[in-house]
Parts: sequence; structure tokens; C-alpha cells
Amino acid sequence: MNDLTDITIAESLSKLKAKEISPVELTQAYIKKLDENHKYNAYITLTAEKALQDAHEAEKRYANNTNRNLEGIPLGIKDLFCTKDIKTTACSHILDNFIPQYESTVTQNLLDNGALFLGKLNMDEFAMGGSNETSYFGPVVNPWSKETPLVAGGSSGGSAAAVAAKMCAAATATDTGGSIREPSAFCGVTGIKPTYGRCSRYGIVAFASSLDQAGPICKDVTDCALLLNCMAGYDAKDSTSSKREVPDLSAFVGMDIKGLKIGIPAEYRPDGLNKEVASYWDKAAKILEDCGAEIIHINLPHTKYALPTYYVIAPAEASSNLARYDGVRYGLRVDGNGLDEQYINTRTAGFGAEVKRRILIGTYVLSAGYYDAYYLKAQKVRRLIKNDFDEAFKKCDLILTPTSPVEPFAIGDTKMLENPINMYLNDVFTVSVNLAGLPAMSLPIGLSQHGLPLGMQLIGRAFDEGTIFKAAYQLERGANFVRM
Amino acid sequence: MSDYVIETEKGKWEVICGLEIHCQIISKSKIFSGASTEFGDDVNENVSFVDAGMPGMLPTLNQECVHQAIKTGLGLNAVINKYSEFSRKNYFYADLPQGYQITQFQYPIVGEGFIDIDLSDGKTKRIRIERMHIEQDAGKSIHDIDPHKSFIDLNRAGVGLMEIVTKPDFRSPEEAGAFLRKLRSIVRYLGTCDGNMDEGSMRCDVNVSVRPLGTNECRTRCEMKNVNSVKFVMQAIEVEAKRHVDVYENDGEICQETRQFDPVALTTKVMRKKEFAHDYRYFPEPDLPPLILSDDLINQIKKELVELPDAKKARFVHELGLTPYDAMVICENKEVADFFEKAAQGRDAKKVANWLMGDFFAMLKKKNLDIAQSPVSAENLGKLVDLITHDVISGKIAKDVFEIMAETSEDPEKIVEERGLKQVTDTSAIEAIIDAVIASNPENVASYRAGKVNLLGWFVGQVIKQSQGKANPAMVNKLLKEKL
Repeated sequence: MNDLTDITIAESLSKLKAKEISPVELTQAYIKKLDENHKYNAYITLTAEKALQDAHEAEKRYANNTNRNLEGIPLGIKDLFCTKDIKTTACSHILDNFIPQYESTVTQNLLDNGALFLGKLNMDEFAMGGSNETSYFGPVVNPWSKETPLVAGGSSGGSAAAVAAKMCAAATATDTGGSIREPSAFCGVTGIKPTYGRCSRYGIVAFASSLDQAGPICKDVTDCALLLNCMAGYDAKDSTSSKREVPDLSAFVGMDIKGLKIGIPAEYRPDGLNKEVASYWDKAAKILEDCGAEIIHINLPHTKYALPTYYVIAPAEASSNLARYDGVRYGLRVDGNGLDEQYINTRTAGFGAEVKRRILIGTYVLSAGYYDAYYLKAQKVRRLIKNDFDEAFKKCDLILTPTSPVEPFAIGDTKMLENPINMYLNDVFTVSVNLAGLPAMSLPIGLSQHGLPLGMQLIGRAFDEGTIFKAAYQLERGANFVRM
Repeated sequence: MSDYVIETEKGKWEVICGLEIHCQIISKSKIFSGASTEFGDDVNENVSFVDAGMPGMLPTLNQECVHQAIKTGLGLNAVINKYSEFSRKNYFYADLPQGYQITQFQYPIVGEGFIDIDLSDGKTKRIRIERMHIEQDAGKSIHDIDPHKSFIDLNRAGVGLMEIVTKPDFRSPEEAGAFLRKLRSIVRYLGTCDGNMDEGSMRCDVNVSVRPLGTNECRTRCEMKNVNSVKFVMQAIEVEAKRHVDVYENDGEICQETRQFDPVALTTKVMRKKEFAHDYRYFPEPDLPPLILSDDLINQIKKELVELPDAKKARFVHELGLTPYDAMVICENKEVADFFEKAAQGRDAKKVANWLMGDFFAMLKKKNLDIAQSPVSAENLGKLVDLITHDVISGKIAKDVFEIMAETSEDPEKIVEERGLKQVTDTSAIEAIIDAVIASNPENVASYRAGKVNLLGWFVGQVIKQSQGKANPAMVNKLLKEKL
């Protein structure tokens, strides 16, 4: 084999167990890749030394057969996950000196399964953005870029780019309105946002609490199942985490999908939809149909309200969640004359433009006199959107849509930057899923005429990730997408 | 209808007052974290990552606090809401680490209820409770250590509070005072709050307005925050009501504002005008699911509820024959009531009550002791009453015995025995004294026999004196009459 970073986690694990390769070799291979690819700006903090130490420990475990589910697998961690004694910044200036004294539940679960961490991955500041351009540490460059540097998507741009460029075996990510799926689509990798409540939010820097959910970004569907099984589970420290048992998701990989009903929502196919995107959508439906699934046309009538609803609820929660960054106890402090001035100076210097914009929107929609018209109304529409899905899932088992209406665009694209709404529109296919709390996966379907990856999204019923894995695996086989 | 009227040369005014009382919940750990609630520990000793508002930390509801709130609600004769919700109250302050307080807003855990208060004229009045909700306390800002810096102690941050809101039912300072004492008595009986206003574990906000006597007007109210003793609350109402009257009678206007009561100057001054009132941007707390209570839980707590002061008082009146006033005094404090019941067990309760409220309370006051520290035990007080009832000692000697008990904590039977204080009931011994008294006072004997029968009292006194107080007065009386 030429390069250990080419293979998936599943393949790596079988070679590790067979002692064909060692965790140290595997880790060194990824560190080498990582060193060669600083140009992508995917990592903002490296913990390679620690990873190598841990790899030696993993080696001992393989030697004495005490190896765990992810023993010696080198991962990248989105910088939104608090990692004990490792700087965790949420890619914000306001936290750029913050070293947590605690570990997030998801990363702790991964450590308990024997994974090791290569470092912390770049992202949009506080996960607010769809192109990774709001990061205090600069944008991530999409590894698929040709001459012009393209965005990796956001907010988990670092995670998707690192997996695409083989700078880690897989990465953790989070998704509030599409932050796992959109960058996965842009970088030609596979990511799943599980059902709200599957993964504990404890220790993940909060953006919008009722929407945030952690998940993996991996090289393929099989790895996603492996990783998600190690991340998910009930956690008493997160009152919104679910007590439902997490099934063995890997068992669904490879199951046949005969008779599975796949819904195609009419509202996701407006007249102006990008022709390439539309034709790949048809292709995906055909692949699933050829595997024995039944294609059904469905309606999600409140889809057009999803974006405005999302952009009321998410900023409202964010404006409150980000109030704790006040310079009093940790993080950046810019002194001022009195407490109010200290707040103003600290938060003015500490937050970037997009974060400020969302704090302002959120503060506004929660204000006396506006609450009913915005926040309360948005909550009602959110319920209607959830009802749409409930109705649809009476007719079908899964919903197939494109992940993004566009292919990766250039970093600094003026159309995206001159009006934030244009950027928000990229989330049109993903935000409904968060509002309804459903699981959804993005996987690559093919390349655009510009040679850039495009992704398909499979949405499942709440807590039915298993069916997503069944269909996603068949779709992956049929699409036969060639990874970078 | 209270008699409390503010009368001036220009007219008569009635006071309208409502209270909001914050009661710190007695619980081992804080309401949303596992940190200890111990009072008086070192600064910032009892602070968890959650209390400090660290990134990614999440609240988890302490069920002990919920149980305490249900108990308190039942003690307020109030509706327990089986559905309640937590909300965030957003504002910035240095001792509020999250930048919001988790409280209950639209759906509190306890609904309407009432407390009956006892007034000095012997009447009772029903004060209606509007609601009670649970929330977290803030930390403490300390401004007097350094001229240029403030210090923050987060030990109190996150301690559970119950906020009890009354209807505007108070018409006099006396009523408010009686209410606070009654409330304190109830929460202490329940063990849900220690009710120490001076330590801040019970804090009171006072809302006051006035109106011309006999009208039903609703005039503007002012709120006085954090008045920290029953006496100050009563003074604050008086002072503020007079201020309102004064303003109105001089054709001025009262503005809705928050004021501070100065107990030294006996005035109130403006803290915050309405224009500067915070917009708290309340919205449902997305980190906590709604709080759903089962009938089973509520019934279980109801079953385990201790006997409350009103029920105890009624029982003491009806079963033990106490006067309503005595019963009220004894029942205000649970320790006193328990002590009384123990002492009165199997005896004439009324006599025990007289001793308790007379010599016993006087002794505690003189020695500045709590009832728990009393040198005279309940058993011994009961025995003392027995000694009197069974004519072993006279009431007069009993007072001496009690004095000795207060010094030595000894058993009164032992004191009487060892010191030879037993009443003389031996006829011949008394007769001998009587004979001696008659022999040495021939003139008085002659006068008595001549018809001056009221001299009998003098003879009785002489005989008892000669017996050193030990002769049984009834027997002396009887024998003297025979001999004279």
C-alpha cells in the first residue's frame, strides 16, 4: 500500500487488528499529510506529539489485545468541542487564549474508545457561517480548489477539508443549520447530523442550544456508522440528550433497501434550481430505485419559511448563549472605565462581524414588543415545519434532497459577502432538518462540470439513523464517487 | 378592613402593598449544578464549571430543589402546576456568569394559594399568593476591598431560590410583618428555607402604592428591592406610603420606579427609573426540557408533609385546650411547638403553656439562648408541672426549683428531694406550726375571733413562712379555720 491515509477507518482497524500496520505508523502517516497541507488552514491547534504518545499506548493495547473500538485512530476535533488542557477557541478572538479544564462528553467518548487527537480544526467563529470565512484564524481552503482558492463550506470547514485532504482519519463536527452537511458536500466527504439528543452537547461551545448537534465527518458511510456509534449516547450532564438506546449502526450498512420508500419533496425543486444539482438528484433517485427502493413524491409545504424561521431562532438563542463571553472570568478582556465599558470594549474587540450581526438580530427578536412577532411566531412555524415532516414520513421512510443548491464558491466571493442573505440561502436544504430535530446525512454524488464535489442529503425519521445508513451505503456504491 | 389609615389635614389615605419574597432553597447542592450550597465557605470555593458559566456547560435540574418547591407550594395552600417551564432572564452583570438567570416566567411550578395571618386584634386575614417559581441565585459583587476594582464571589451563584409573589393584599405595615413572620414559620416548619433575613436566605421586595380611603383606584406603585428584615419591611411601607401621600397632596406625581429603603435615615431613594428598566428578553430555556410532575410525586410529598403551624395551632386549641393566642405564640416556631408538646405530654397542657410562655421564655431571653440550647429540657419542665399538680411542691417553691434547673439542668424531682423542698402535708407537723403561731399572736387571734375574718390570710402567710414555704397552703387554710 502506498499511503496509509488513503484507507478508511474500517480498513485501518482491520489492518491494525491483523498487526499489518501499527498505530504509530498510521499516526505518523496522518501527521505527514497534515504537515504537507498547512496551506488549507484546516488545523488551528496541533497536538501531534500527544497523538504520537497515545499511538504508542495504542500499540501496547493491540499487543495485549485490550484494544478498543477506535484504538489508535487519529482524529481531528472541531474547535467547538472543549478538550481538557487543549486550547479551545471556537475560532473567536474572544476565546483565543482559553484552555478548558474539562472534556466534552463526545470527545471523552471517543477517547474512551481509544481514538487519539491530532489537533483542533478550523471553523466559522462560534459555528456561525456557511463558508468558514468568519473564523478569526482565516478561511479554510477547499482541497478541491483548482487555481482559485475555494471555500470548504461551513461551519465545519476545517473538519471536512481535513478529512478530504486525509489530514485525519475522520473528524468531529457540529451542525446547527447544516454545518456538518454543507462542508461535507463541498469537500466530497460524508457527514451525518444525528437526531437532536443523540449526542451530548455537554462541553460543546453552544451556538443555538435547541438546534446544535454533534456528528462525524468521515471518508465514507461505513466510517460514519463506526464513529457515530462511539460518539452518541445518553448523558446525564445534558438534559436534552436522549435516553433512547443507540443501535449498532454498522449493522445497517450493507442491508438491502428493497421496498424502502424514498420521498422527493417538490418544494426543494424550484424552477431556478441549478441544472447540475437537479440532474444529480435524479441520478441519486435512480440509483436507489435500481436497488429496489420506491420513489415517492411528497410535499413539505412550509419549506419556504424554514430559512427565516431558522434565522430568528438560531440568533435568538445565540444572543443569550454568547452573553457569557464578557471578559470577567476567562477569555479576552479589554479594560474600560467601569463595567459597562469593559463589556463594550471586550465584546467589540472579541467578536467578528457575523457573530455581532447575529447577536444583534437575536437581541432584537427577543426584545419587548418584538418577541411575539418574531420569536414566538418562529416557534409556531417551527412546529408546522416539524408537522410537515411527520406527515411526509407517514408516506415514506427517507427523504432525498441535494445538500446544497450550489457548488463550492471562491473565498471572498463578493456576491456572498455583499449581502449576508445570499450566504444564508445556501442553507436552504439543510436548516429544516435542524428545526425538526431530524437526522440527515450528506454524501458525495459526483463532480460538477468544474470538477467540484456535489452532495446528496438523506433525511430520516427521528432516531432512525439506521435507515439512513442502509440507503446511504447503497447510494454510495451506486454513485461510485472517487475520493481525493 | 384594616384600621391603618394615613390621615392628614387634607384627607385619609389607604395603603396598598404586595410583596415578592426570595427564599433560598435548603438543598445540599445548587439548583442546576452539583456544587455545594454551604454558607460561609471560602470565597469561590463552591463553584462548578456550570456555575462559572464556562463555555459548553449545561444546567441539570436538581430534583431535591423541585421537591422542596412542591413542599413549599403545598405549605402555601397553592396549586402545584404539573407542567412548568424554565426561561432565561437576560441581563449583564459581573456576578451573573452566564449573562442570564435561569428562572421560570410564563409557567411557574406553583400557582395561586394563600396564607392566613394573625393580627394583634385577634383577627385573622387571608393573604392571597399569586404564584411561586424556582430560579437560580446570582453571585456577589464585592466593591469595598479595593477603590478601583470589584471582586466577585460565585459561591452563591446557582443556589436555588423560590420567589413567592403575593397579591396586593396588604393594607398596613403590620399585615406585611405578620405575613413575613408566618411565611418564615411555614418554610422553617417545612425545612425548605431557613428564613434568615439577616443572612440573606430570605429577601423581600416591597411594592407600595396609596389611594384615597374608600376608593378603588389603582395608583402607580414603587418597588423597594432587598429589604432585609421584617422590621425594615414594615418601616419601608410606612415611609414610602407617606411619601406617596405627601407627593399627591402637593399635586405631584408618583413615577413607577425602583427605590431603595434606607433604614438609618428612614427614607427611600431612587435606584432605577422606569425608562432605564432592563428589557430581560425572556425566552424558554432551551437547555432544559419542561418540568413535568406526576400526581404520584405530588401526593407522596403531600403525604410526608409535616403538620403546619395553622393545623398545629388548631389542634392545640381544640385538643389541648390552649387559648388561640397561646397556641399561636407557641406554634410560630416549630422547635417551640415540639418542645411544648413533649413537655405537655400526659399533663395539663394549659399549665405547661403558662410555664413555657412565662418563666421559661423569660429565662431563655435572659440567657440569650435558643430553645435548642435550653438548660431546662422538655421532660424536666413537664416533671416540674407534675410536682405542682401532685402537691409535692407549691407554685412558689416551683419558681425556686425552676431557677435551679436553669442553672444546673437537673431533674426537678432530684432537686426537690435533695434540697428537702417537698411540701409538708403531714397534718400534725402543720398543726404544730399553727399552734405556735396562735400562741405567739394572741391579739390577732382575738381580733379574728371577734369577727375580723379577713385576718385568715395573714395567719396562712405566717404558717407558710414558718414552714419555709413547704406547708401545703390548702391544708394550712383548712386546719387554721378549725383551730381558730
